[in-house]
Amino acid sequence: MARMTGAQMVLEGLQREGVEVIFGYPGGVVLPLYDTLPQYPGIRHILVRHEQGAAHMADGYARASGRMGVCLGTSGPGATNLVTGICTAWMDSVPVFALTGNVSRTLLGKDGFQEADITGITHSITKHNYLVMRPEEIPLTIREAAHICRTGRPGPVLVDIPKDVFQESAEFDWPEQVHLRGYRPTYEGHAGMIRRAAELIDQARRPIIIAGHGVIWSDAQDELVALAEKAEIPVITTFLGIGAFPEAHRLSYGWLGMHGMFYANMAADNADLVIGVGMRFDDRAMGRFKDFNPGVKIIHIDIDPAEIGKNFPTAVPIVGSAKNVLPRLTEHVREAKHTEWLQWIDQVREEHPSLHIRESRRMLPQYVVRTLYEETEGNATIVTGVGQHQMWAGQHYFYKRPRQLISSGGLGTMGFELPGAIGAQVALPDAEVWAICGDGGFQMTMQELAVVVDENLPLKIAIFNNGYLGMVRQWQQLFYDRNFVSVAMTQPDFCKIADAYGIRSLRVETKAEVAPAIREARAHKGPILIDFMIDQEENVWPMVPAGAALSETIEAPAEELAR
Amino acid sequence: MNPSLNGHQPRKRANHHTVVAIVEDKPGVLMRVASLFRRRGFNIESLTVGHSEMPGLSRMTIVVDGDSAPVEQVEKQLYKLIDVIKVSDLSQEDIVARELAMIKVRCNNVNRHELLDIANVFRADVVDIATNSIILQVVGDEDKIDGLIKMCEPYGIRELSRTGRIAMVRGTKTTTVHEPEPERIARIHQTQGRRVEGDLPFSSD
Ligand SMILES: Cc1cc2nc3c(=O)[nH]c(=O)nc-3n(C[C@H](O)[C@H](O)[C@H](O)COP(=O)(O)OP(=O)(O)OC[C@H]3O[C@@H](n4cnc5c(N)ncnc54)[C@H](O)[C@@H]3O)c2cc1C
Ligand SMILES: Cc1ncc(C[n+]2csc(CCOP(=O)(O)OP(=O)(O)O)c2C)c(N)n1
Ligand SMILES: [Mg+2]
Repeated sequence: MARMTGAQMVLEGLQREGVEVIFGYPGGVVLPLYDTLPQYPGIRHILVRHEQGAAHMADGYARASGRMGVCLGTSGPGATNLVTGICTAWMDSVPVFALTGNVSRTLLGKDGFQEADITGITHSITKHNYLVMRPEEIPLTIREAAHICRTGRPGPVLVDIPKDVFQESAEFDWPEQVHLRGYRPTYEGHAGMIRRAAELIDQARRPIIIAGHGVIWSDAQDELVALAEKAEIPVITTFLGIGAFPEAHRLSYGWLGMHGMFYANMAADNADLVIGVGMRFDDRAMGRFKDFNPGVKIIHIDIDPAEIGKNFPTAVPIVGSAKNVLPRLTEHVREAKHTEWLQWIDQVREEHPSLHIRESRRMLPQYVVRTLYEETEGNATIVTGVGQHQMWAGQHYFYKRPRQLISSGGLGTMGFELPGAIGAQVALPDAEVWAICGDGGFQMTMQELAVVVDENLPLKIAIFNNGYLGMVRQWQQLFYDRNFVSVAMTQPDFCKIADAYGIRSLRVETKAEVAPAIREARAHKGPILIDFMIDQEENVWPMVPAGAALSETIEAPAEELAR
Repeated sequence: MNPSLNGHQPRKRANHHTVVAIVEDKPGVLMRVASLFRRRGFNIESLTVGHSEMPGLSRMTIVVDGDSAPVEQVEKQLYKLIDVIKVSDLSQEDIVARELAMIKVRCNNVNRHELLDIANVFRADVVDIATNSIILQVVGDEDKIDGLIKMCEPYGIRELSRTGRIAMVRGTKTTTVHEPEPERIARIHQTQGRRVEGDLPFSSD
């Protein structure tokens, strides 16, 4: 054991937990920590331009790599600026470790300068959080927080440390074991339940697997493919489950939900058995709960028991990790063919292809995404903002592998695109990462362009410039009688903004320029921004209107297709 | 069901569930639990918390309105809190459930005896007496306490304070945790989150 300052203990602890990168922003109370950073050259600190960016970067880093992402902010405003990013990670079960400083212990609770009760504020958006009052508590706290963050159902944690605790010294006593009586995630599914699930699968005539984000967190793509193939079960995913099953597979039928594929929604709605794996039956995925596929039986495999039975009654609950449960289920199910059922879905798909891009002279956003897919041969990692462009990115790129699409689903945080992509690129320095940005969302966090430059990241930034808060415009058009209020935006010249940061840029105004611009961007070694002046009034289809059931999915109306 | 000692049978109220949670005795635990109930829209009828027989662990008894949420969800959500170690729904168990109330009742020389008779019937103790009020202390299940309150109402209740329910399963079955922590870890867990005593140097930014 060695004597260390609190600041040293924090960095020593994080290093032992395998942390290599911290996305952070300094301020008074974390100065002792910054003062100590040079002693830990194994930890790279990336200076963001707004703490929200730090949290999203840690999040993008985690989603791209499966590792824990770390962000750091000072007390008060630094800590509260992290909140949107922490909540984004919370909603999508992302292992983000947030570290904050707080005022010295004498001032805690006395409204000291820049004091914010960040542990109180984040109670409901973290798996757990800690206020550390003694330096000797730091090693165990870091160890426990990291353990909670990345085991079981992953999720954000926050550790708040008063300034003088960073400065005080104590013995560094690193616990080899974590011992938390109140935290024992279940990884193995219950054998009896697995057998019952296998029986239901064997009896089913129209089974369907809905794979979610949890399959990605448990790296269970191969295990999922094995089950689907053995029992010939068609697979659809949630939006966050995209990549959990290869979309080119013959049993893949896209993703379901509000903007999912028509045939995926119909398949889910006409199945006699739904096998939900690592997904939480969210309302955007399932439509109006009470009218979802009356009579369907549900098998739900999830690591979080509280998700089971939350929104739908479950015939067979299996608490455990997808990685462990799927192979055991595969062992127990009989080989089967569901030819008729697959033909039924194929038929629906033929009649309602959903992903067909119509001939048009306009630069349709769908076309831009599809061209990007073709040019990158489906290999790029795509990070999106929130809105129409997000849905098109989910629909018109076809994903092969887990972690290939990174997007804020549960909180739907505009502004995630750029910092999320930065985090992903930091995690995967050699990968081709594209940030598909809304022109609205980009402006929420575009100051992080500076980080792209500082860190010399080869990030490709595509702005889907429709001059609108497009998704909101679509709702006003469809559900508010075209009463367009506060959705049109005068946009800055995004190329000049890139220019100001020293980032190369291209503006694409016609369809013919799309492919060449993408090629140019790919050939360019450094970062590049492309301002795609896409068609302004295109809408996202199909759509399950807010509050409707999956069976009420509507497709693009004829007049829109004639545009 | 065994009749309880004083002849009172804890009546199950319309879908009220008694949930016992064994939690780490740490600052903030109560807030975590309360904030969970608020956020999820689970209605709390009463919540009591105090030390248990195990050092470092507290026992919470929560009476939940089962109409506001399935009790299973309440239990599962409670389990997700790291500081919550064990949760038991005692609704299906044969339990002893008790609550304590203090009732300050208006009275005078003329009707004091009447009140004392009532108190006697309910086995309530007189814990304070003044010229125009008395404090009755009563222990029992909710029905018994409700009954006494009702009887006191005509005299005028000046103040009422109830503890909320605590409960225990009859017989040898227990709702406890037998899992000591390694000494090194227990030492840290005992102080985690607690204020440091004594003077600390002043420092500001
Ligand atoms: C504009 C917009 C439109 C949207 N439209 C749609 C849509 O059409 N369709 C759609 O599906 N979504 C849509 N979403 C996203 C939606 O809001 C949800 O985020 C999404 O449906 C959640 O997917 P999920 O349940 O797979 O993932 P999460 O919400 O991340 O849940 C993951 C689940 O996996 C479990 N899990 C974690 N690890 C494991 C493990 N190791 N083993 C087993 N289980 C595990 C977790 O406990 C959790 O239950 C939209 C979002 C936006 C912003
Ligand atoms: C931080 C935040 N504020 C508001 C919203 C509501 N919202 C959802 S989509 C959207 C429009 C997004 O516009 P843009 O980024 O230009 O993307 P587009 O829909 O045009 O592709 C808005 C305002 C949100 N999701 N996040
Ligand atoms: Mg837009």
